[in-house]
Formats: sequence, C-alpha cells, structure tokens
Amino acid sequence: MISIKQKLALHRKLFISFIKIGTFVFGGGYAMLPIIQREVVNHHQWISEKDFIDMLAVTQSAPGPVAVNTSIFTGYKVARLSGAVTALIGVVLPPFTIILLLATFLSSYSDNYYLIQFFAGVRPAIVGLILGVGLKTGKNIIHTSFDFFLAVLALILLLVLGLHPFLIIILGALSGLLYSYCKKSSSQEDN
Amino acid sequence: MYWSLFKTFFLIGAFSFGGGYAMLPLIQEEVVQNHSWLTATQFADILSIAEMTPGPVSINTATYVGYQISGFSGSALATLGLVLPSFILISTLASLVLKHKNNPYFQGVFRGLRPVVVALIIGAAIILGLNTNIFTNVAEILLTIVALGLFYFTKLHPILLLLSFGFLGIIF
Repeated sequence: MISIKQKLALHRKLFISFIKIGTFVFGGGYAMLPIIQREVVNHHQWISEKDFIDMLAVTQSAPGPVAVNTSIFTGYKVARLSGAVTALIGVVLPPFTIILLLATFLSSYSDNYYLIQFFAGVRPAIVGLILGVGLKTGKNIIHTSFDFFLAVLALILLLVLGLHPFLIIILGALSGLLYSYCKKSSSQEDN
Repeated sequence: MYWSLFKTFFLIGAFSFGGGYAMLPLIQEEVVQNHSWLTATQFADILSIAEMTPGPVSINTATYVGYQISGFSGSALATLGLVLPSFILISTLASLVLKHKNNPYFQGVFRGLRPVVVALIIGAAIILGLNTNIFTNVAEILLTIVALGLFYFTKLHPILLLLSFGFLGIIF
C-alpha cells in the first residue's frame, strides 16, 4: 500500500508530464506520440513499449481525440480514475488557457510572419519524429513474418486504398484472433 | 443555449472516429450549418488559429468556438462536452484491458493489433508529409530525415527537437 504522500507525488509527476504533452503537441493526435512515448515509456517508465502499442490500439479505435484518449488511458494505468482525471486536466489545460488568452487579446495572429515560419520548420520535424516512433516501436513489435505481412498489408490498405484506420484496426484484431486460433489448433495436433 | 452547446460537443466527442482532424468537418456542420452559431468564414479563421496553436486541434477548436459563442463559460462547456465521452469510455476500456490482459482471446486480438498500429503510425507520418507537401521539396525531405535521425539515435527530448526546428524555420 503506498502512502498518501507517494500518491500525491505520483499525481504531481503525472500532471507535469501531461502539461508538457498538452503544451507541445503541434497539430493533433499523432504529433503527440513522440513526446508521450518519451515521457511515459522512456522517462517515467509507467508503461512498457509493448503496452504503449496496445494502448494506442485502444485509444485509436475509440471515438474522440486520440491525444485526449491516450492521456486518459495512461493516467488510468498509472493511478486509476484519479490518475485519469489528473492526466486529462493536464493535457487540456495548456491549450485551453492559450486559446482563451489569444481569443481575448489577439484577434488575428495566424498571419504573423514569424509564426508561419516557425510552423514551416516544425512540420518536417513532426513527420520525422512520428516516423521515428513508428520505427522504434516496430523494432520491438515486428518479429515474425506474420507481423511483417500484417504491417505491410495495413500500410497498403491505409495509403493505397484509403481505408479508414478504424476498419484496419478491426481487420488486425480479427486476423490476430484467427492466427492465435490456428496456431493453437496446429500445436494441439502436434501433441 | 449552454445546454445545447454542451450537448453538441458531447455528441461530437462521442461519435467521431479517427481522432481530432476527423472531428473538424463534424464540428463545422453542427456549429455553422445546423445551429448557425458562427459563419463559415468565422469558422475557417478559428481553424487556422487552432492549427497554429499548441495543443490537440480538436480541443483548440472546441475552446475557441465555445468562446466565440458565449465567452468563458461557453469555452469551458464546449471543451468539457468534447472530452467527457472519451473520459467515460476510455476509463472503462482501460479497466477492462488491464483486468483481462491474460485472457487468450484478448491476447489473440492484440497479437494482430500491434503490427497494425505500428503501420498506422508510419502511415500517419507519410499522410501528414503528403498533405503538407513536405515530400516534394528536397530541403524539407532533408529536414525530415535529420529530425528522424536525431530522434532515433540520440536521447534529445522531442520537445527540444520541435522547438529547434521551429526556430530554424524562422532563421532561414
């Protein structure tokens, strides 16, 4: 049983991590992955690399913003409901405050030269970082030819056929079930 | 008015699959066409600001739209409405996943989900690059590769990388 003091410290860490995540997500959902992976998997080690991917499978197939879903799931994993509330408030508070300040004090800032240049520089970095998350996790996840085949198939369905990610996730779940079932029945025959 | 603002964003949060960007057309339809709270031009302005402000795009948009419609309480209600369905659903799913982690069916499902999610992440990066015309420009392709290399091979914090590339953008 952990003490109240430890619990508070954990919630504080969770809150600070998600304040960072909420402040430095440029764009949306996937742009958050490099930062959340660093904070949650590498730095605090609240979630293993494998559980991180499992979590993303859930948070991507559920409705709602992926960034928000992932924050709630992480918070829940770390400290149940109170953790989920802490992470959610952490991730929402910075954008909420920034937008309110902008809406109150600035009527137009989206044509600001420096801001446009800043985002022109950030955009390729975001693409590079998201690719990096994909490759890093892929290294840990993709071991067998089944994994490789499924990943390539999913990529083709997404990029070439333009299938909705939700459908691709459903297909992945079904093929995983089928694969485990076939493997189980073939190992039973061996015995 | 407050109730209908909350309800609108609650429904958007509950029924939009595919993350923040998938929500934007839904928000536009509700706010501009169905309720006439904002004009199409006002909404377009809000979107361009929401995309250029840190934070998830959907949260930024909900906060801004709520503010335009009825000030601070509007922004609070719209944002709360948007995240509440996620909170209820994801907390429930998280407790189920954590409880049944060792169930063979669950493990079978995740066995297939994992490679698919890796592919979706890589695919998301490629789609983002295509949509923002990054892959048509040699300098931007190089910047992408440098960012990828720094993230993959060093321990530099991604926040630091993003800010550095932003400032590079201002300088050059």
